[in-house]
Amino acid sequence: MTESKTGEVILRAERITKIFPGTVALSEVDFSVYRGKVNVLVGENGAGKSTLTKILAGVETPTRGDLILEGEKVRIRSCHDAEARGIGMIHQELNLFPNLNVAENIFIARELTTGGVHIDYREQVRRAAKLLERLQAGFDPEAQVADLRIGQQQIVEIAKALACDARILIMDEPTSALSQDEVEVLFKVIEDLKAHGVSIIYISHRLEELVRIGDSISVLRDGKMVEQARMRDIDVPWIVSRMVGETTHKERSREDRVLAGEALRVENLRLPREGGGYTVDHISFTLKKGEILGVYGLMGAGRSEMFECLMGLHKEAKGAVYLDGEDVFASPVDAHIRKGMALIPEDRQREGLVQALSVADNMTLSSLWKFVKGFHLMGEKLKAAVTAMIKDLSLKTSGQNAPIGSLSGGNQQKVVIGKALFTSPKALLMDEPTRGIDVGAKGEVFDIMNHLADQGIGILFVTSELKEIMAISDRIMVMSKGRVTGMFDRKDATEEALVAASAAGHKPVEHTSLQ
Amino acid sequence: MSATAANTPQAAEKDLKIGMLLLKLRTFIALILVCAYFSFMASNFLSMANMVIMVKHVAIYAFLAIGMTFVIVTGGIDLSVGSIVGLAGMVAGGLLYKGLHLPMFGVTIYFHLPMVILITLIVGALCGAVSGLLITRLKVAPFIATLGMLYIARGAALLLSDGKTFPNLVGNEALGNAGFPWLGSGAILGVPVSIWILAVLGVFAAYVAKKTPLGRHIYSVGGNERAAVLSGVRVNRIKMIVYMFSGLCSAIAGLVIASQLEAAHPATGETFELTAIAAAVLGGTSLAGGRGTIGGTIIGAFVIGVLGDGMVMMGVSSFWQMVVKGLVIVAAVVVDQFQRNLQSKAALQGK
Repeated sequence: MTESKTGEVILRAERITKIFPGTVALSEVDFSVYRGKVNVLVGENGAGKSTLTKILAGVETPTRGDLILEGEKVRIRSCHDAEARGIGMIHQELNLFPNLNVAENIFIARELTTGGVHIDYREQVRRAAKLLERLQAGFDPEAQVADLRIGQQQIVEIAKALACDARILIMDEPTSALSQDEVEVLFKVIEDLKAHGVSIIYISHRLEELVRIGDSISVLRDGKMVEQARMRDIDVPWIVSRMVGETTHKERSREDRVLAGEALRVENLRLPREGGGYTVDHISFTLKKGEILGVYGLMGAGRSEMFECLMGLHKEAKGAVYLDGEDVFASPVDAHIRKGMALIPEDRQREGLVQALSVADNMTLSSLWKFVKGFHLMGEKLKAAVTAMIKDLSLKTSGQNAPIGSLSGGNQQKVVIGKALFTSPKALLMDEPTRGIDVGAKGEVFDIMNHLADQGIGILFVTSELKEIMAISDRIMVMSKGRVTGMFDRKDATEEALVAASAAGHKPVEHTSLQ
Repeated sequence: MSATAANTPQAAEKDLKIGMLLLKLRTFIALILVCAYFSFMASNFLSMANMVIMVKHVAIYAFLAIGMTFVIVTGGIDLSVGSIVGLAGMVAGGLLYKGLHLPMFGVTIYFHLPMVILITLIVGALCGAVSGLLITRLKVAPFIATLGMLYIARGAALLLSDGKTFPNLVGNEALGNAGFPWLGSGAILGVPVSIWILAVLGVFAAYVAKKTPLGRHIYSVGGNERAAVLSGVRVNRIKMIVYMFSGLCSAIAGLVIASQLEAAHPATGETFELTAIAAAVLGGTSLAGGRGTIGGTIIGAFVIGVLGDGMVMMGVSSFWQMVVKGLVIVAAVVVDQFQRNLQSKAALQGK
């Protein structure tokens, strides 16, 4: 390997093995963290990234293997222990208290006190303000966390890690909820941290981002370390091929096809925002049968809200929505579904699935009316239909009565897709369907989308990933601040044009991006 | 990802499965143990007569617990059931004993017995509907809405008779409302009517829970309300239905008690709501919503009922009875948590 060229190793994991009851999460993993560098860790979901970082952060203890910190063998027994040794972690799930304000969150469990009892509130706020300034956050340290957007909450989480002067900072998908502007700020912060000698372990599914920010890269697959390399020696296809193994990732793109008839027509759709203005600002477009219309935009562009309006979730929304020529706007959600509109929500766990129910129960939740005779559910018919759907989607599950939690992220997403398909949709609204699932599963989701479009279903598809939207869409609609700021045919779309349109609704930004 | 699970020793997996099965059947096993213990300690415990008496006791709690299970599965709670039991008894008792007096017309109407029962059931369901409306329309927390209903229904029950008991509810042939005691002490094919009602209600509720869209929707609302909304489940309607059903079940219990006693007392049913919740929880219903079965709840009601009656037969002081019941309920939840942990571990293995 190339250790000597990359620099000094601050933390080294040697032959780490972690066995959970019945499964080997990590097997003999060696992993080096270089001082003052961004050490990227990649792998598909379930490859063991989270387990490895949790071991480094003291959340889990390894079954076997050693951790060597600054040349000294250590045992990290708890998060607190890890923190004391200067290892901080920004978790993928936000660990914030919505009922407390920003400063209180930053100093939670290490409050600045006088005499160990009285919280020095003003000092906390002062220091929090300094941290937020460094992160160019632009919100008040005394703001309630519940009132912040997800992206802003992510910044609070980063501030929290910075507050305890970590030497090694683990960032698990820090950008998944950030807008492009916020990502730029984060990258600047990372550069700044590197300059101060902080070593960063960085996990992300966004490969372009990794290539840009990373110094060294380690690829995990099925609990084993596949390869460690210097970032400047490799490129995105290299990463993908190491991540997925032998199966080569082919570029998926759609053929130009003739489209006939409209699946969905939206006219002047608008959703008023509290305190004036519109979250969804007079949007009109048409979705043809068999068309995949990509919707691109930054966080807070109003894409998810538009979907919610289309489904009839917002009573205060106004406008007109025609589904296959029929005005459906005023009808409630269940009527929308029966008439052929289906939503695959952005947040699988919170909005897509009922954890207490089985795979089959989740899949058929929207379409039980199809399996009913009078008051009775026809068990056999339902079972057969679910079996067929599981096969169609090549869903990997131990059985249709398996608990939903036993499935991997990609397969859970397929359950949500299956639920939508069971309603025989004419228009399918997909909100970030590939978020948080691995490369292999992403490809499968795209295949499913293509297949559905070929059957004449109109698909409205939201994503924040440019490469994805360019590859799969027939047309691309760009939204910014609730308005449509661009509509491109696949032939005319360029990444630059999409990015420019996605920023069109924003006022001139105070902080221009670096580079 | 899934390949890593394949090398698990088969034996360990089997052990885990047996362990899980035992845990799932724990309430049933507890019931058998309790029965075995009492039949050993109290000689006439296993006699047919005693069994029938016990089941009749259990039935009252089971009515309430069945309604409560649906409410809890949606993630709610119904504290008003005990008061509705009292109110239902007083409504039925009042209609039988003194009729419906309409002073503006100067008449008193005596309804036929089936009408009296129907009116009582409707009153129960209406109480549930009021709670349901508060919860769905005015977004009052279920705990508060039904706590309010607890006081209102109890107050109403007391108001109906000014706190007095309606005695001797045998009715009058001439008025066409005789036969009320049959509900509590009659029998069909040698089996008491209240046990028949329990059987029918139990089978009906279990069927709804397992085999109808309504049942699925109830579970989905408690499991993840947001996902249920987005899946087209009419969440508010589902909640209305479960609170109304709970009120209806309470009214049934009130009718049966009044009929057994041939009298209606306004304080009937005090603290019954807690017994009903305990039965549901003992039966594996999760207070967080989304989990629970009717079968489990009925077994839970049996555990509580048998425990109470058995201890009475053994001459255990009522103070100790309360302590024992409390311990059993807490132990049930502790074991439940243990099972959850084991289950999530098994789920991890699946990944």
